[in-house]
Amino acid sequence: MTLGEGVQLVTFVVLSAMAIGFALGVVWAPSIVYSGFLLGGVFLSMAGLYLLLNADFVAAAQVLIYVGAVNVLILFAIMLVNRRYTFAPLKLGWLRNGVTAVVCLGLFALLTAMALNTPWQLEPIQPTSSVLVMGGHFFREYLLPFELASVLLLMALIGAIVLARREFVIPQAGEGDLSLLERARPQLESESERQAELVSTR
Amino acid sequence: MLQLQFFLVVAAVLFCIGIYGLIVSRNAIRVLMSIELMLNAVNLNFMAFSNFVDSAMIRGQVFSVFVITVAAAEAAVGLAIVLGIYRNRATIDMESFNLLKW
Repeated sequence: MTLGEGVQLVTFVVLSAMAIGFALGVVWAPSIVYSGFLLGGVFLSMAGLYLLLNADFVAAAQVLIYVGAVNVLILFAIMLVNRRYTFAPLKLGWLRNGVTAVVCLGLFALLTAMALNTPWQLEPIQPTSSVLVMGGHFFREYLLPFELASVLLLMALIGAIVLARREFVIPQAGEGDLSLLERARPQLESESERQAELVSTR
Repeated sequence: MLQLQFFLVVAAVLFCIGIYGLIVSRNAIRVLMSIELMLNAVNLNFMAFSNFVDSAMIRGQVFSVFVITVAAAEAAVGLAIVLGIYRNRATIDMESFNLLKW
C-alpha cells in the first residue's frame, strides 16, 4: 500500500463510519426498500476496507458478488413480496427487544475487550501479489474445497429453482382463457389470524 | 498507523448489529440481510488477520472467498424459501412462520 499513514487513517475512519451507519440503517430503516439499498452501501464500504488491508482480489469479488448478485437478488425478492405490512404488536415485544439489545451490547463489550487485551503475534506486513498467492493456494492445498464450492453452488442453484418454481397445470377445456395456469396452493392459516378471527366472532 | 485492533472492533460492531437485527426484525427479508451483515463482519476479521498476522501466505483471504461463496448460495436458497412461504401464507411476518411447530 503506497498511501500515506494519515491518508490510511482518515480513509479507515470514513469507511468504517459508513459501514456502521449503513448497517444501523439496514436494521432500523422504516421501509424495507431503504434497507435493501443501504445494504449495498455496507457492501461497498466493506470492499473499501478490504482494499486498505491489501486484499484487492477479494475487494473486487466483494463488489461483483455481493453488490452485483446478492444485493440485486434481495431487491428482486423485496419487489416480489412488496406490500405495506403493519405487523401486529407482539405481547412482550419490548421486553424481547430490550433483552436482545443488552445481550448484543454485552457481546460487543466482550469482543472488544478480547481484541484489545490479547497479545497478537503480529508480523511485519510483506507486500505480495495477492492474486498469484491465492491462485497457488486454490490449486494446491485448497483444491478439494474449491471443487466442493462449485458443487455447492450447483446444488444451491437447483435447490433455489425447485423451491421457487410454480407448478403449472394444463388448462381444462371450458375454462376461460384468463384463468391462472398455476396449481392453486391452499392458504395456510396462521395462529395469529386464527386468534384474530376468534376475537372478532365473539 | 492502522492496527489490527481497529478492524477487529469494527467487525465486532457489525456482528452485534447483525445479531440484533436477526432477532428483532419481523420482516423475513430483513432477517436475511442481517445474516449477510454478520457474514461480512466475519470476512473483515479474516482479512484483518490475513494482513497483519499472515501477510506472506494470506490464507485468510482464501477462506473469505469460500465464505463469500457460501453466502451467495445461502442468499439464493433463503430468498427462495421466503418466496415459497409467502405464496402459502401471504405474509412475511416471522411470527407467523410456525409451520414446523408441534
